[in-house]
Amino acid sequence: MTSPEPRLVEVRKNILKQNDLTARALRARFRGAGVFVVSLVSSPGSGKTTFLEKTLTLLRPRYRVAALVGDLATENDATRLARSRAPVKQIITGTLCHLEAAMVEKAVAEAAWNLSDLDFLFIENVGNLVCPSSYDLGEDLRIVLLSVTEGEDKPLKYPTIFNSADVAIVTKNDLAGAVEFDSQAALRNIQAVRPGMKVFQLSAKSGAGLNEYLQFLAQRLAESRATVNENAARV
Amino acid sequence: MHELSIAMSIIDVVAEEAARQQARVDAVHLKVGVLSGVVADALQFSYEMACRDTPLQGSRLVIEEIPIVVFCSRCQVERTLESMQLFCCPECGTPSGDLRHGKELEVVALEIQ
Repeated sequence: MTSPEPRLVEVRKNILKQNDLTARALRARFRGAGVFVVSLVSSPGSGKTTFLEKTLTLLRPRYRVAALVGDLATENDATRLARSRAPVKQIITGTLCHLEAAMVEKAVAEAAWNLSDLDFLFIENVGNLVCPSSYDLGEDLRIVLLSVTEGEDKPLKYPTIFNSADVAIVTKNDLAGAVEFDSQAALRNIQAVRPGMKVFQLSAKSGAGLNEYLQFLAQRLAESRATVNENAARV
Repeated sequence: MHELSIAMSIIDVVAEEAARQQARVDAVHLKVGVLSGVVADALQFSYEMACRDTPLQGSRLVIEEIPIVVFCSRCQVERTLESMQLFCCPECGTPSGDLRHGKELEVVALEIQ
């Protein structure tokens, strides 16, 4: 008996189908509840947690906010963010270097927040400029942070993450002078890897530049809700 | 290094298809965009490891790398980029973020017996 000839069968399947399906379902749920979801990605130590703490603190008087925060091993970030007095839930990823949609889904279920009681939900990813780029988390807006201490060529070194994000934020701007950060070169590099990308330059520590960014978030929330209502009216 | 997670997702997708076809898989053909965030070498290595003790043990991974293609609004055609550090039309220099290819991460074919 001869063994059958190998044959080539065409299959077109997205490898991250499962993640994408979960992310799509999450996005629909978030939209339906009227909560605007923002995720943060950056390298470790760029100041994501300080930036998020400040964001939560400043938004809280006018908006209902909550945060999910990914970390490999500790709950330190959640403890720090809790100082903003916003509800915070830690996602400990173990050895996993990125968040996946299923982890967000599980954390949202465990936190038992009523999503329709929220205006903004923030998701802080694990500090990593490589792996998070492949995973859709169901967010409305992805922000990539670049701190001035990392150097202005970071976008050229990690174009993929910049390409997967909607907005770039140059942080720790209060240190720009001390580290001789070339802001024009940084902006040029961001535009080279992601033409038209919206960029904010700010300092979470001094507060400079934060207003413009907070206004942008408020505007995006209003736009998102207007679209949802428009679609509901059309149905 | 998230290629191991990706390799395990490939095995899930392929095992399901192989069971449906009631066939043994010799090779898995993939399209991997250069902007997918996945490194081909690391994926090859992880795949071999992840296949151990699964029905896919011993199967090969054949990876086709997909370059970045953007639409140039000035030339009104799709252009392939040489570098992911410069999203500009290689002919006229107009910046373009209108991505048409380069984020692919998909199984396109199986060699089966």
